[in-house]
Amino acid sequence: MTVETYRTEGSYPFCPGCGHSSVLDSLNKALVMQQIDPANLVIVTDIGCSGLSDQYFETSAFHGLHGRSLTYATGIKLARPDLHVVVIMGDGGTGIGGAHLLNAARRNIGVTLLVLNNMNFGMTGGQHSTTTPTGSITATTRSGNLEHPLDICGTVGVNGAAYVYRGTNFDKDLPERIVEAMQTPGFALMDIWDLCTAYFVPNNTFGKRSLIAAQEELGLEAGLLYKRDVDEYAAAYRAAGERFKDAKRLHVRAITPNSIAELDRPMNVMVAGSAGGKVRSAAKMIAEAAIRSSLYVAQRDDYPITVKSGHSVSQIVLSSRYVDFPGMQEPDVLVILTDDGMRKSRRYLPTMKGAVYVVPQYADIETTGSLMVLDPARAESRVGRSELALAVLSGAVLHQGLLTVDALRSAVNAYPAFAEKNLQAIDAGIAMAGGEAPANEA
Amino acid sequence: MSAYEFTDGATAIVRGALDAGCDFFAGYPITPASQILMMMMAELPKTGGIAMQGEDEIASIGMCIGATMAGARAMTATSGPGISLYSENIGMAIMGEVPLVIVDVQRLGPSTGGATTAAQGDVEFVRWGTGGGYPIIALAPSSIPESYTLTMKAFDLAERFRCPVFLLTDKEINLTRNTVPTDAYVSVPVLKRETIDQGAPYRFSGNSSPMELYGTGVVRFTGSTHNEEAMISKDPEVVGRLNEHLRSKILSHRDEIEMLVCDPEVGATTLFVSYGITAGAMREAVTKARSSGMKVSAVTVQTLWPIPETGLKQAFEGVDRIVVAELNPGLYVREIERIAGGREVHGLQRIDGELISPSQFLEFLA
Repeated sequence: MTVETYRTEGSYPFCPGCGHSSVLDSLNKALVMQQIDPANLVIVTDIGCSGLSDQYFETSAFHGLHGRSLTYATGIKLARPDLHVVVIMGDGGTGIGGAHLLNAARRNIGVTLLVLNNMNFGMTGGQHSTTTPTGSITATTRSGNLEHPLDICGTVGVNGAAYVYRGTNFDKDLPERIVEAMQTPGFALMDIWDLCTAYFVPNNTFGKRSLIAAQEELGLEAGLLYKRDVDEYAAAYRAAGERFKDAKRLHVRAITPNSIAELDRPMNVMVAGSAGGKVRSAAKMIAEAAIRSSLYVAQRDDYPITVKSGHSVSQIVLSSRYVDFPGMQEPDVLVILTDDGMRKSRRYLPTMKGAVYVVPQYADIETTGSLMVLDPARAESRVGRSELALAVLSGAVLHQGLLTVDALRSAVNAYPAFAEKNLQAIDAGIAMAGGEAPANEA
Repeated sequence: MSAYEFTDGATAIVRGALDAGCDFFAGYPITPASQILMMMMAELPKTGGIAMQGEDEIASIGMCIGATMAGARAMTATSGPGISLYSENIGMAIMGEVPLVIVDVQRLGPSTGGATTAAQGDVEFVRWGTGGGYPIIALAPSSIPESYTLTMKAFDLAERFRCPVFLLTDKEINLTRNTVPTDAYVSVPVLKRETIDQGAPYRFSGNSSPMELYGTGVVRFTGSTHNEEAMISKDPEVVGRLNEHLRSKILSHRDEIEMLVCDPEVGATTLFVSYGITAGAMREAVTKARSSGMKVSAVTVQTLWPIPETGLKQAFEGVDRIVVAELNPGLYVREIERIAGGREVHGLQRIDGELISPSQFLEFLA
């Protein structure tokens, strides 16, 4: 069955002489030419006079927030790439929604954007917009606009959009151009200049001829400005996603305890070092070794937002029951690796009741805790910067008798890619701690 | 011997979302919520879903709303600064009746604040974070397994009441790794979305009208006041019915929404009330107190909004002192004061970026 019109019976709500009516008539003609199923077309409208447009079409519609129409259109197209999505926006939307305009173009999401550009805010009283020509009088530029108007087409065009057209509502071939835009895969922009007879026309003694003259004066070319073959984003996303269909789904490694370490109270172990020193992964290895020993562990990491510089402090709480509070309290065992770590943990030193393990450079620090220097030079092989944290931390927990060497080894063996280096680090830890201390194993 | 995982809340939220049938995610990088974005970007393509990094938070929630109206089951995740940018679209999702799960991984505010510091300062922000003053639903997990379960529940409630639902978590629950038995994850049923392909897209009665989705018929959507056909209306009779529906669809079904975990002790005259990360410290304190012979009751609030009044009032029976603990300048405590029936209410707060410790609770029992 042929669709003869996509318009509702009601007449448009626009002011006499307003250009919006004729643009919408051109859209209707373009839809009739394409015979699109009204259920497969979503007209997404922005806010402003042009935002009223969708109500005059017997198609699906989305009327959302000012400036955000392209974001809804993007979501619709991503979820249903088979649908046609046409966005109708005023020039105001290109200001408040400028970021979305740029990114829709870059992304080449398959929507067709019609900017009904009448160079001012009609609905709210004729204020200036991004496209108001310099010198023009509006309600908010009483002595003439001081700002340079936005070249919508140029901006969108240089950022990769598949189709870019500038014209006016008087263009005889506008329906054909709309069809061309809608049939181009990727992002299509049509910057359609028209007259706001309520404000811009009377304020600037403007008319059809001045509309075209204004484009020439601003050096803005009209007609088809860009047409590129691009991959439409929603289709490209699906094609790219196909590669992951058989990929392994999210999976968290299950750890089955195979020994029992006994603790009479929770132990708070803190390791304080620098970013890039594998502090967090060392703490994780110790934590997983503890879980293998039937303990519950919580690991809380503290690091500056810059991640690759400054301190990296991990705290692990080892307990015989679930750790519901992983908060930073005074550590029972404190391991200090670097100056960054010293700065973050120094405050515990004057009142420490537990043990403090440091590398030789901090051998002379003062603390109430029992200080033990772990010297990487005692290891058989050289301890590199990235193994230092695990080596010293292993030395500390072994010296404390918290965990067994077997538990540590089986934890690192679960990660074969790093196992060799990690096993060396543990061996270094054993050497530093003065051999394999007997763990409190039951 | 049972097996354990060494995992975090972010992972639990992603698993909960996937198990709830989430097939669309959009978000913008922000500490401490980025892990959810990255995991969803990695996981959704494997299930045929879509995950997007928007150009900003506004675009991200906008994409989620558009995708939902085209049939997706969507989630987004951010932190306080991102919720600020979501604000206007949250209102639109309420008005347009869009099921959507919004994860807020709270960090210390105001402003950029402390990006890697835990806080619970958004509890009233999500409640009143958009214009109009309409009810919202917000759930707050206090552990990793709860992060899983309440994510699924958030999807269920979003479908059931056709509205955005907040999952309010924080940096510590999201990123602190903890030991979780593999069988600790409790899944809950998620309502299958009822859809129609013709008729009015809205019904101003009952809790959830069936949805009409793009591509199945001529479907209208608007964020303006509208009639049941989604045509813009200013008729006071229509607008009144619409807005009363947005209110009553949630407030008339509070028994389906309100969740809390009560741990009462006979003879206790002090009740601890907390939520989220602070509830963990509270539970540790309760264990310690009882092991040394002190009596205390405790409530972990899971549904922050609407406030579970019925359950809380039951927990208040026989108690003459209530301690409300939270990592903010004292927000939820005012809600408890409102319904405490004249009981003594104390706020236990911390705003220095550190967590409230079990010993701070115990001071109230000394």
